[in-house]
Amino acid sequence: MFDSLSSRLEGIVKRLRGKGRLTEADVDEMLQEIRTALLEADVNVGVVRNVLGRIREQAIGARLSEALDPSQQVIKIVNNELTAMLGGETLKISYASRPPTVILMAGLQGSGKTTNSAKLARWFKSQGRQPLMVGADLQRPAAVEQLRTLGRQIDVPVFSEPGDPVSTARRGLEEARRLGRDVLIVDTAGRLSIDVEMMEQVRQISQAVQPDYTFLVIDAMTGQDAVSVAEAFHATLAIDGVILSKLDGDARGGAALSVKEVIGRPIAFASTGEKLTEFEQFHPDRMAGRILGMGDMLTLIEQAEQAFEKDQAEKAAEKLMDGEFTLDDFLEQMQALKKMGPLGNLMGMMPGMPKELKGAEIGDDQLKPIEAIIHSMTPLERRKPEVINGSRRTRIALGSGTTVGDVNRLVKQFAEMQKMMKRMGGMVRGGKGKGKKGKGGRGLPGMPGGLGGGFPGMPGMGPGGGPPGLPPGMGSGPGGFPSFN
Amino acid sequence: MDSIYLVLIAVVLVFGFGVVLWNRRRAGQPQLPPAQAPSLRTPPPKAVPKPAAPASPAPTTADAPAAPAPADAPADAGETDEADKAADEGEVAAELAEIQRPSFRSRMSKARSAFAGALLGIAGRTGITAETWDDLEEALLRADVGVRVSDELLSGLRARVKAKEITEPGQLLDALRAEMVSRLAGADRELRLEPGAADSPNVWLFVGVNGVGKTTTIGKVSALQAGAGVSVLMAAGDTFRAAAAEQLTTWAERSGAEIVRGNEGGDPSAVIFDGIERASARGIQLVLADTAGRLHTKTNLMDELRKVRRVAAKGKGRVTEVLLVIDATTGQNGLTQAREFGDANMTDGVGLTGVVLNKLDGSAKGVMVFAIETELGLPVKLVGLGETIGDLVPFDPDEFVDALVTLD
Repeated sequence: MFDSLSSRLEGIVKRLRGKGRLTEADVDEMLQEIRTALLEADVNVGVVRNVLGRIREQAIGARLSEALDPSQQVIKIVNNELTAMLGGETLKISYASRPPTVILMAGLQGSGKTTNSAKLARWFKSQGRQPLMVGADLQRPAAVEQLRTLGRQIDVPVFSEPGDPVSTARRGLEEARRLGRDVLIVDTAGRLSIDVEMMEQVRQISQAVQPDYTFLVIDAMTGQDAVSVAEAFHATLAIDGVILSKLDGDARGGAALSVKEVIGRPIAFASTGEKLTEFEQFHPDRMAGRILGMGDMLTLIEQAEQAFEKDQAEKAAEKLMDGEFTLDDFLEQMQALKKMGPLGNLMGMMPGMPKELKGAEIGDDQLKPIEAIIHSMTPLERRKPEVINGSRRTRIALGSGTTVGDVNRLVKQFAEMQKMMKRMGGMVRGGKGKGKKGKGGRGLPGMPGGLGGGFPGMPGMGPGGGPPGLPPGMGSGPGGFPSFN
Repeated sequence: MDSIYLVLIAVVLVFGFGVVLWNRRRAGQPQLPPAQAPSLRTPPPKAVPKPAAPASPAPTTADAPAAPAPADAPADAGETDEADKAADEGEVAAELAEIQRPSFRSRMSKARSAFAGALLGIAGRTGITAETWDDLEEALLRADVGVRVSDELLSGLRARVKAKEITEPGQLLDALRAEMVSRLAGADRELRLEPGAADSPNVWLFVGVNGVGKTTTIGKVSALQAGAGVSVLMAAGDTFRAAAAEQLTTWAERSGAEIVRGNEGGDPSAVIFDGIERASARGIQLVLADTAGRLHTKTNLMDELRKVRRVAAKGKGRVTEVLLVIDATTGQNGLTQAREFGDANMTDGVGLTGVVLNKLDGSAKGVMVFAIETELGLPVKLVGLGETIGDLVPFDPDEFVDALVTLD
């Protein structure tokens, strides 16, 4: 639903062609678009104003290099600025000399404190520590029960007792000392930042356990209010770091930027899924791209790594280049791809995808007829679609519940794609000597430039559609993906 | 290495999408949303069950109070103290009917409305200047109105100022207020509780992303309905989150409702189906079905929800409400949530029937519902104003806007 920043800027940039230097008016026009992009990403209005001021200074008079088009340069400036703002000092956990190291979790209701307490405990465990969790959320029904269940899943003990959260926390600390646990994670009840009583309670908990680190858990979907929440909690508890939760959704997470800017504390961890293992230290560069609505390539690659079997993927890519990619391989890859989430979302994450494809509402169900057709083929037909004659076609159509025309189209397009891939493979291979060696030594070393240039033109792929910071070749250059019109 | 994945993705995506788009264009129905294309609606795959929690070793702290054995309550849990319950029920209902419901204004204004503060500043100036517009826009954006709605609101006002219809800041703010109210006016906010055969309960399904307060909302709705003399059964369809069923059970006790639970990690559709069957057998009027929180980007979980929606309509029950629960702190993502959840629940052209706006007693004012209401035509029906059982009231646009723009 969001137009990526690069496509927003495209129109403006067309007029700037050939200019050697950006004027103030040009920059202001672009800044307006950047502003909208940031606001749609839920970056706080005040923060947006500050950021834009800094970007403006850098952008005006910036010499335009020949290689990059002006919009890319401006985006680069914005991207660098955001990355710098999100990054800076990272949080390094230094363990208390007298264990346990105490961690206090705080946040609004439903921000994910309990789940993230367990995730954090798991993380500490993976660092060779022995955490104990304290369930001091005596407010929400069954919150402690939830923590216990999670604790069992990661094999971390949980302490809690009914009554008063402050004394529970204090007793939890004693318990940790008694048992020799070296990390104590105190889960507290969710509270509104404006609830005076509850804020006082969490302050008392904090006083009772004297935490080494106080983490504020913030939902990535939070809007403008993130700032006031962060300010309120920071004023009461002196926050040391932020845990950004629910980052696996499609919210662009501008709240992260706002919070970082307002309380000046680093975003320490990000929760990227429902599984307890889906928790990682924060990557500022990725977040910057995400806030700007640029294809989040790194995330995409990471998801892909999980969905595709590595060896299989390599083999498939090899085959693809050699033109030996069969319908079977295609089916396999398609199924792996489906594991990565709704296709529409993936499409959105691919940089430089034509609008037509991006905007299309395509559910996974719609790939089913394709699957059905392939499933209705014999192994020979899948390997060599060219053997499919009239009677085979009829059989396949009947078997898959589609029409002969559908089967025809699939076969024809597959052949076209194969041809194209082969040609591209040739180009890529040809450029191998000059290109950077791929990390794995084989595969697609010549990728830069290859993809972009290899495909026949595609309408809607504007010039220089690809944002910077991406593997070059994906989306930049005049090429594009094959058109199916 | 990374590039391999990219190429594969690109190929599969482009090829797959190309075929789909091409077919669609040929069929001459380019605008048809997927859900309405019957030819393509093969039975969706079996919802992928979430991985069951790995066998959990016992906690090593021997002294920590032992966790109560997870009550693997079978679907017929409530049978036990039948007689007690019947006696209690009358009392509970009477108590519930007397719960004091907070006034919208009083709760929403617990946090000083920053929006109202900004408006006050604007009203204090003489004349309408460029600065006025900037401040007004900033105030709207700060309240999560969203860029588009804010632009719409302001362009209407700008035109009127230009036409000299409005000349004073005070008038401008009145016009803004009126415009905001009128945008929310006219929607049908009644919760649908249809009378019908005694064995055909109404089913209200509660959906939403994680942590918005679905379970708590069900507790409050139950109290609200029980107070009005409606018999209620809760179906603990959140079989994923640890202890969600325990949480719901607590609410069932507080509100005097029956509850049907399944096993943790079990099939939510089955639990909800059982709940409806049981309500039907007992002549219970209303089934409140809880579902696990899920991000709308997770295909398998959204498929699971599709199944829940389908199965809920299969038995004797009638699904009369599908309510999206939204957290007032949510920003621009709220609109996407409403779209995606609507899509997942689409049945006979109807997806969601309404929105429950939760946690409105905080500093966030939930103004993103403007976009949801105006762009998707989805009415906010209920508003959550706190953590106790009575803290749920019907949404009233007038009071909502009032609380927003007025400083006490």
